[in-house]
Amino acid sequence: MSWVTTKRIFRAGFLDFWRNGFVSLASILVMTVTLFVVGTTLFAGVILGSTLSELRDKADVNVYFTTDAPEDQILTLQKTLQAMPEVTSVTYVSADDSLAAFRTRHQNDQLTLQALDELGDNPLGAVLTIKAKDIAQYDSIANFLKQQQALSTDGSASIIDKVNYFDEQHREALARLQSITDSGQRLGLIMIAVLILTTLAISFNTLRLAIYTSREEIHVMRLVGAGLFYIRAPFMVEGMLYGLVSGLITLLMFYPLTYWLGNATENFFGGTNVFQYYLAHFPMFFLIIVGTGVVLGSIASYLAVKRYLKI
Amino acid sequence: MIYYDRVSKIYADNSIALDGVSFSVEPGEFISIVGHSGAGKTTLVKMLLAEEKPSTGSVFFESINIHEVPLNRINHLRRKIGAVFQDFRLLPQKTAYENVAFAMEAAGRSEEEIRSDVPHVLELVDLGDKLNNFPGELSGGEQQRVAIARAIVNQPDVIVADEPTGNLDPVNTFEVIQILKKINDLGTTVILTTHNKGVIDALKKRVITMDRGKIIRDDREGMYIL
Repeated sequence: MSWVTTKRIFRAGFLDFWRNGFVSLASILVMTVTLFVVGTTLFAGVILGSTLSELRDKADVNVYFTTDAPEDQILTLQKTLQAMPEVTSVTYVSADDSLAAFRTRHQNDQLTLQALDELGDNPLGAVLTIKAKDIAQYDSIANFLKQQQALSTDGSASIIDKVNYFDEQHREALARLQSITDSGQRLGLIMIAVLILTTLAISFNTLRLAIYTSREEIHVMRLVGAGLFYIRAPFMVEGMLYGLVSGLITLLMFYPLTYWLGNATENFFGGTNVFQYYLAHFPMFFLIIVGTGVVLGSIASYLAVKRYLKI
Repeated sequence: MIYYDRVSKIYADNSIALDGVSFSVEPGEFISIVGHSGAGKTTLVKMLLAEEKPSTGSVFFESINIHEVPLNRINHLRRKIGAVFQDFRLLPQKTAYENVAFAMEAAGRSEEEIRSDVPHVLELVDLGDKLNNFPGELSGGEQQRVAIARAIVNQPDVIVADEPTGNLDPVNTFEVIQILKKINDLGTTVILTTHNKGVIDALKKRVITMDRGKIIRDDREGMYIL
């Protein structure tokens, strides 16, 4: 395609965009709604993700050690666990720290503290708190710990007193948490997909209607000898312009909106301030929203014109 | 140059628009096709522009079977045929200048050619002062003259005018026919369909008379006889 043809196509697209003012305005408004929904679902995805990860973060497995377990062996086990790909973090709480935490927790319960003092020795052992990348992975971590326990009992006494994963209640709680986060994620994704598809279809139809008003013109262009591409391309430019303008309006709208909702989302959902997220990820939002608009505009126009070119 | 070979057109509701029509057109001829409404005049013109396909038979333009040309090549053939319609069919969002320029742009002509030819052609149809007017700002006669300017600007081999004076008053009708005669005098073949008895009788050119999809007369220097 020559430079002159390219120039003519873009000029025709811009002129049609400007001269069909009302049709352009209506198309831009509908596309803005579409892109706003796309942007909102992006935010919803981020909030949903952070809320679910917050929930997942509440899950852990504690390994309680015997009171006489040597610290170096515990630290070796900690290192081994940390090296596992399923493990995010392993926190070591020494026997003394466990006792101090116990005392703090029961500072208003004199009876318990008295009983503890009467024991003389520290009855609590060290604890390793393990967090896995995924709730489903706790099972393999617990199995690994079980093996460790079994290996130790062959020679000497095991240093592991108890792994709370093997408590029925703990396991059930973990399973329930996993089912909640999984269904939350699935439901979220389905809702996002349905919402996006619906608004895309509405937008698509609006552009089809906009081009329907030009069907006679397309017919005439064919009769005066214009080629298929030469007719189609300016409509695609026009569609891209609808997408570009709608995208920019949507991005502008998100600025005050996320600013207004920023603190509320941070307090309510914990962790994610949508305004900060929007500013930090602006290039991504720009690409997705404006990109969706431009691609949607051009593809919808391409397909809508196609049906009137069959002469 | 143009040859209709036993062309029939039967629509889905079984109505017959054309029934075994055969005739040829020589280069430089001025042919008028007359007949009552529904006689098949417009269908004949649409066949030449590949707007309609015949049910049976073929239409040849310079030995090319028009209806065998693929969709992505038909525009090359249409550039050799300038078309003028009763309802003008101008692009409403483009000025008179842009409407004429569009036909040249579509044919891949250069900017220099467009800048020099468009005002010249619009001057020829006496619209030199209306270059920047949109179709909605022009009278029926003026719009039809813009349509003629668009049809002739690429110097086609044939001009097809389908009832070009149907929506015009007598003065504008006379002007449009004079322009078509002038174009024919310069060597371009003209095919005109009309109901206008006065126009046909004054032209004294070949007249094809149609009735219910068939040619009933073909006179060298014909009159409007129905």
